[in-house]
Amino acid sequence: MAFTLYSLIQAAILCINAVAVLHEERFLRKIGWGVDQSVGGFGDEPGIKVQLMNLIRSVRTVMRVPLIAVNSVCIVLLLLFG
Amino acid sequence: LNNIQKGHFLDSKPRARAAPTAGDSVLFEDTSSAAPAMNSQGYYTSGYNMGGPSNDMQGGGGMNNLFADPMANAAMMYGSSLANQGKDMVNKEISRFMSVNKLKYFFAVDTRYVLKKLMILMFPYTHQDWEVRYHRDTPLTPRQDVNASDLYIPTMAFITYILLAGMALGIQKRFSPEVLGLCASTALVWVIIEVLVMLLSLYLLTVHTDLSTFDLIAYSGYKYVGMIFTVLCGLLFGSDGYFVALAWSSFALMFFIVRSLKMKILPSLSSDSMGMGSNAKPQLRLYITVASALFQPIIIYWLTSHLVR
Repeated sequence: MAFTLYSLIQAAILCINAVAVLHEERFLRKIGWGVDQSVGGFGDEPGIKVQLMNLIRSVRTVMRVPLIAVNSVCIVLLLLFG
Repeated sequence: LNNIQKGHFLDSKPRARAAPTAGDSVLFEDTSSAAPAMNSQGYYTSGYNMGGPSNDMQGGGGMNNLFADPMANAAMMYGSSLANQGKDMVNKEISRFMSVNKLKYFFAVDTRYVLKKLMILMFPYTHQDWEVRYHRDTPLTPRQDVNASDLYIPTMAFITYILLAGMALGIQKRFSPEVLGLCASTALVWVIIEVLVMLLSLYLLTVHTDLSTFDLIAYSGYKYVGMIFTVLCGLLFGSDGYFVALAWSSFALMFFIVRSLKMKILPSLSSDSMGMGSNAKPQLRLYITVASALFQPIIIYWLTSHLVR
């Protein structure tokens, strides 16, 4: 398995895209991972599921705009250079 | 074998000390021709002082007035002030991403520390005290505390590993410059992956430690010392020597990682876990420590087996 830095960047972009397309209403709430279902546990040991839900929500909020730019650049580069 | 290893590290120390100077003078061209002699003296006498360049720039500017042509004079002053501005801007931008002071802490090592740390990495079974000593809430520098983690050994070990991989491939007549770059980027990618996985797992389990990102990079980088030892034994003693050295350095590294991380991750008696934590928490932290320790031999084998056939 010979990695290059380029493949790492590709993998990172794909993973962040995958997290960004998880829709809040249509999907996460159905499986009980919505952000309004994580109430409770004030100040004490939030637990893995709550941490994961917070992580997903924050990644989606933060990376929404940069992902548009990065994806556009990737599409243009792949169209031009294959 | 120890002499070769020691020779490697002692040879690379002058390189490390000279590296900041070469970097500075290449990035920011000092256009005053009288200054370079003063530059090198200024750097070596001020040791790790990063403030050396600005002093030398002014010294160089003062010497420039000896030039007969006032236009060249003015041009050189303008050029050096422009370079100063550029350097300040770059410093400001870099310090927005990572604080350079924290990075300097990890490179404050000396020979005695490096030798002791290498000994501990290869033979950790007799080391008694694994506690990181503090000095009024800040951790001690590696010069004063042998348990502190540094970034000098991982960096040097990484570069030595790449050179050694090139040499091993050359011995087997499979060398080409692309292979060297591929080997380097593969090893770097594995380090990045391991650091990211560790960060993710520490975040998910809300472990309150003072392990910063650089600490994790340091602990990931310590495995390169074991890899170098393994590859050298494989080259010198053939396939049997390779497996013996692999087993030895794997066990030593696993012991080292478990003992070091146990101090930092497991007994986190922070204010929120006053007995309310369930029994799952210490177990999960133990799983993290053991999993990261078990990952080391796998990656050592993966990254070195193709070098020793």
